Amino acid sequence: MRIFIYIVCSFIVITMAYWAYTENYTTQASIRRVEELNRLVADEKEAISILNAEWAYLNRPERLSNLADLNFIKLKLVPLAAQHFTELEVIPMSPRRSLVVSSPVLVSSDGGKQFP
Amino acid sequence: MRRKPLRPLAHIISARQNGKNPDFIEAKERSKRNQALQLKTRVRAENRLLVLGLIFIIGFSAIGGKMAMLASSSVQEVRQYNTGSKIINQRANIVDRNGNILATNMSTQALYAQPPLMIDPKKAADDIYKIFPDLDYERLVKNFGSDKRKFVWVKKSVSPEQQQLVHDLGEPGLLFGNREMRLYPNGKLAAHILGGTRFGEEGVRAAEIVGVGGVEKYFDKMLRDPALEGEPLKLSIDLTVQAATRQVLKDGMRLMNAKGASAILMDVNTGEIISLVSLPDFDPNNRPRAAILGDPSENPLFNRAAQGLYELGSTFKIFTAATSLEKGLVNPQTIIDTTPFRWNRKTYKDYKNYGPTNSVEDIIMKSSNVGTIRMALAAGTSAQKKTLKDLGFFEAVPVELGEASRTKPQIPKNWSDTSTITISFGHGISATPLHLATAYSIVANGGFRVKPTIKKIDFGNLSREQVISPKTSQQLISMLRRVVSEKDGTAKMAKVEGYEVAGKTGTAEKIKPTGGYYDDKVIATFASIFPASDPKYTLVVSLDEPEIEVYGKNRRTAGYTSVPVAAEIISRVAPILNLRPIVPNNKMTYTSISSQ
Repeated sequence: MRIFIYIVCSFIVITMAYWAYTENYTTQASIRRVEELNRLVADEKEAISILNAEWAYLNRPERLSNLADLNFIKLKLVPLAAQHFTELEVIPMSPRRSLVVSSPVLVSSDGGKQFP
Repeated sequence: MRRKPLRPLAHIISARQNGKNPDFIEAKERSKRNQALQLKTRVRAENRLLVLGLIFIIGFSAIGGKMAMLASSSVQEVRQYNTGSKIINQRANIVDRNGNILATNMSTQALYAQPPLMIDPKKAADDIYKIFPDLDYERLVKNFGSDKRKFVWVKKSVSPEQQQLVHDLGEPGLLFGNREMRLYPNGKLAAHILGGTRFGEEGVRAAEIVGVGGVEKYFDKMLRDPALEGEPLKLSIDLTVQAATRQVLKDGMRLMNAKGASAILMDVNTGEIISLVSLPDFDPNNRPRAAILGDPSENPLFNRAAQGLYELGSTFKIFTAATSLEKGLVNPQTIIDTTPFRWNRKTYKDYKNYGPTNSVEDIIMKSSNVGTIRMALAAGTSAQKKTLKDLGFFEAVPVELGEASRTKPQIPKNWSDTSTITISFGHGISATPLHLATAYSIVANGGFRVKPTIKKIDFGNLSREQVISPKTSQQLISMLRRVVSEKDGTAKMAKVEGYEVAGKTGTAEKIKPTGGYYDDKVIATFASIFPASDPKYTLVVSLDEPEIEVYGKNRRTAGYTSVPVAAEIISRVAPILNLRPIVPNNKMTYTSISSQ
């Protein structure tokens, strides 16, 4: 009986040791991965900030207005002026087509309350 | 210890004499001895167990303690990892009211040298000078060749291309350090608002960025506060409006041959500064040094809009009218004597003769000095002082620009009746264009106090402190409108198609440094509000020494110089500001964008 308990105990100890060992190593691997990811996040953030700066630089009003001048023949862009606004009524609307229902669909078949 | 024999002779002899077995004695003695031995062994074993137990307890508690420490410190470890990414944005961005970037950071490299590591210092100096011709060659040679110097900064920020060129030199004594630099992608556009930065404390790995002017300086602590996690600073400026204003003002300044110009566009209700331009300006990416010699106001760093103290001339007449209206002395139709006025052996006259009498609204429209003087004297000095104090002319403008908060208006120490006379038409008192914009905003918004701000206001946290009565405000706006709309108005060039502009011109001769006034140098100002029917914005345009030939004559007055510039700014800016234009229907075509 005693020998049996010894064997079981030592088996448990060995199993636990193995478990602890693997846990330790997976933890260390996870920490390294987190470090790596944090580094990547930092790199991405830096890239985003540089791209944002570049976007702002490329979209600076001075450059855009120069581009509009250069491409005037094609785009005919002029600064926004009061004459470019109008009342909604002045704009001709597309003619409204009347809705023709050719194949009605039965909504309720239960003989229940009819909703208009 | 003397060992006791197993068969003591005396006991054996006496036992034998008594006829007993002497072996019993031996057995007894032997058992006694064994007992003693057992006891001793047992005590020793117990001691050993105790020691062993202690060792185990110490060992386990050490391991347990370590485990507990690891378990409890896990949060700290995670936080430590996160700090790595925070270094990137050590200074918060500055954005305009729509989120467009005005200032941001870029990582760059700083070049430094360690002369002891150098193979050929002379050649290194030659090569470095070839890459960076802006450096001082003599100094490079001296620094690199010196035995004492262990460390020399060569260049604060280096572009990737330049870095590659330096790498190509293969000189082990030339090294790079990570660095962040401040970048203003729009260049000169908002130079005086943003100010600029410089490097503060410098290390090899990083350098501190410190604001030296404008909002960069005013909000320096906030921009560097790590607790805000890089939350950008949102200004009230509108990038597009700022660009249009600067463009028009720059062209206008050239056209009018002015040596400087400023423009301020302010929301009359919130006091938000939508656009602030001062020309000439500078590039904050490469901020020039402050001039030590010469007039500081000639320097591009000088913010004319917020720092320039000028006599703003006839634009002040509306404040005199406000005083008289508030006191109930006049109404817009009251007739006032406008014949030349004599005071202390000096005769005050108008620019030209406007007739013997004029109504209050005509005095403002034609800009009559004598009419204004008579109104001011009737209202009295204390009333004049109170109005100007309420409109903010006694204190520096409380805006978030260090330059403005240091600029107190110049008011007469001894406010005599002569001061009252000259101040009534804007002479003898010097204020900044920003003061004027604030005062006109109060006039325009129904008479509520305005606190100018450069930060975007997200919530309607407005002061409802009444400074001028709504009725007076309405009357003043109508008078200002007539200055533009009437045939005889001084600002009739400010008619803008689609928008009702109201405003007042002001032409003030510049003060000589030696005393007295120049007769050929003026500051021409136009303070306007629009749309007049429901004022939303104030625009103040000021030109320094403008001069233009119109109808064969050299003109300097604001009506010919700053008014057309302001009108052009309004016509460009109002549509961007989403103001609904008033245009007759038949004139509008919805294809006009492409047909022009």
